[in-house]
Amino acid sequence: MDALYQWLIAPFAEFGFMQRALLGSLLLSLSSCPVGVFLMLRRMSLTGDAMAHAILPGAAVGFLLFGLAIVPMTIGGLIAGIVVALGAGAVSRLTVQREDASMAAFYLISLALGVLIVSLRGSSVDLMHVLFGTVLALNDEALGLIGLIAAVTLAGLGIFWRALVAECLDPLFLRSVSRLGPPVHFVFLALVVLNLVGGFQALGTLLSVGLMMLPAAAARFWTVRVEPMCLLAIGIGAVSCIAGLLLSYHAALPSGPSIILSAGVVYAVSIIAGTRGIVATRLRHASHRTA
Amino acid sequence: MAEACITFSDFTLGYNSHPAVHHLNGAVKKGSLTAVVGANGSGKSTLMKGIVGVLKPMAGACAVAHGTRIAYLPQQSELDRSFPARVVDLVSLGLWPKRGLLGRHRPEDREAVANAIKAVGLEGFEKRPLDTLSGGQLQRTLFARVLVQDADLILLDEPFNAIDAKTVTDLVALIKRWQGENRTVMVVAHDLDLVRAHFPEALLLARRPIAWGEARATLAPENLLRARQFHEAWDENAPWCSPEAETGGHDHGHSHDHHGHDHGDGHADHGHAHGHPHLHAKPASADARHIHGDAA
Repeated sequence: MDALYQWLIAPFAEFGFMQRALLGSLLLSLSSCPVGVFLMLRRMSLTGDAMAHAILPGAAVGFLLFGLAIVPMTIGGLIAGIVVALGAGAVSRLTVQREDASMAAFYLISLALGVLIVSLRGSSVDLMHVLFGTVLALNDEALGLIGLIAAVTLAGLGIFWRALVAECLDPLFLRSVSRLGPPVHFVFLALVVLNLVGGFQALGTLLSVGLMMLPAAAARFWTVRVEPMCLLAIGIGAVSCIAGLLLSYHAALPSGPSIILSAGVVYAVSIIAGTRGIVATRLRHASHRTA
Repeated sequence: MAEACITFSDFTLGYNSHPAVHHLNGAVKKGSLTAVVGANGSGKSTLMKGIVGVLKPMAGACAVAHGTRIAYLPQQSELDRSFPARVVDLVSLGLWPKRGLLGRHRPEDREAVANAIKAVGLEGFEKRPLDTLSGGQLQRTLFARVLVQDADLILLDEPFNAIDAKTVTDLVALIKRWQGENRTVMVVAHDLDLVRAHFPEALLLARRPIAWGEARATLAPENLLRARQFHEAWDENAPWCSPEAETGGHDHGHSHDHHGHDHGDGHADHGHAHGHPHLHAKPASADARHIHGDAA
C-alpha cells in the first residue's frame, strides 16, 4: 500500500511543480480533447501541426516588442493563428480550393514571415524555448491562461454543440435550415487556435497538438456516438497526463514526450482491442450469425 | 384558384454565366404536388437549389410565400456517413427549424422523431450507426428527417434513386399524404410512368421550361421530343442573353459541384466522353456541337 502511495500519490503531494503540471495538463485535456474529436471527424487532424507553425510571426512580433513575456506572445500568436485559420477557412468556403490546400498555403506563408521576423532580433534560442515551453515550469500566469482557455472552449462547445454536429454530419442540410453553417465553422477554428496557442506556450507544441489528437484518435475505436467519444477522449487525455507525469518523475524522462507516449500506448491498444478495432472487426469473422 | 407558394419571374440560374435554368416564369400553387422532369443537365437540381436559396439567381427572382418552412432533400447529400451518429440522431436534425441551436428537445419532439422513423418503416433501426445502413435505408432515414421538419414546402431531388419497388410505393404514399395535408411538394423524378401514375402536375425542363401543367399533358410525346433537343454541353461562345445576364457574378465552386453530380451519378450519358464541358480550351465550333449531338 505504501509503495503504491509512493509511486502514484507522493510525487504530486510533495512537489508544487508536479501539482501545477498535473493541473495544467488536466485542464488542457478537458478543453482540447473534445476539440480534437471534432478536428478528427472533419478530417482536419493535421491542422494542429500546421497551426503550430502558423502562430510563429505573431509570437515573434510579441517577442520583438515586449521581450520574453507569455501574455504578449500568446496574444500575438492568437492573432496570427486566427488570421491563418480564418483565411484558409474563407478561401476553402468561397473558392474551389479545399481546406487542406489553403491551410497549407497560409501556414507556409506565415511560417516564412515568422522566421524573417525572428531573424531581426538575432539569436532565436530564447524565443524557441518560450514558444515550445515545458509543462514542469508552469507559473501562475500560464495556469490562469490555460484555465481561461478551458472555460472559453467548454462554453463555446456547449453553446454551438448542435450546430457543430450538424455541420460535420450534413453541412448542406444545415445551410438549408439555418445561416449558422459558415459562422460555426469559424467559431470552431477559433477554438482550435485558442487551444493550440495557449497550449504551445505553456506546455510545448508536441504536448498541445498531441494531447488534442491522440486521445481523439484512440476514442474513435470505442464508440459510435459523438458525446461518449468526447468524454472518452477527455478521460484518455487525463489518464495519459497522469501516467506520463509519473513516468517522467520516476524515470527522469522529459515530461511532454512521456505524456504523449502514454497517449500513444492507449491509441495502440485501442487500434487492436477497441470495440471497433482490428480484433473486433477483422478477426472475429470465423463464425457468423444466421441473420 | 389557390394562392401561390412559389412565384418565379424570369428566374434564371446557372454557373459561370451559362444558364442552367433559363427564364422560368410561373407559380407553384400551395398544396400542389409537382414532378420536375427532364434529361441529365436540364436544370432540375439547379432549380431546387435556387428555390432553397443555396444558389443565387443570375437574373429574375423566385419568391417563396412569406413564412413558408422549406424542407430540402438534395440529390447528392453532403452527408458524412462515417460520422459517428445513429439513425435517431440524423432524424433529430429535422427538429432544427422548431428548436434551433439551443432549444431543448422535449418528450413530444422525441415522439415525433420516433413516429417519423416508424412511418418510413425503419422501426428497430433507431440505434443503428449510419455507416451500417444500406443506400435505401439511408434514403428512408432522410425522408424521416423531412417528416420531422414539418415543412410547408418540400423539395425532393431524385428521392427514388436506388430504392426498391416496395419502398418507392411507401415513399409515394408518404408524399401523397403530405399533399393531403396541404403541403406543397416538388419532386425531381426520372420514372415517367411513376409521374403519370401519381403526380397531378409536372414541369418539363430542358434548361428552359418546355411544358408545365397537368402531368399527362406535359409528358405528351411531342413535348418529350422537344425536351430532348437541347445541347447538354453549353456553348462557350453563346451570345449574351440580355444586359443583366452579363453582370451575373456567381460562385465558381458550384459549377464544379454541379458537373460532378451530373457526370458522377452513373447515367450513361455522353458527358463522360469529354469531361467538363466548360473546361474546353477551344471555342465550341459548329463541328464540335455536331459531335455532341451524335454522341447523345
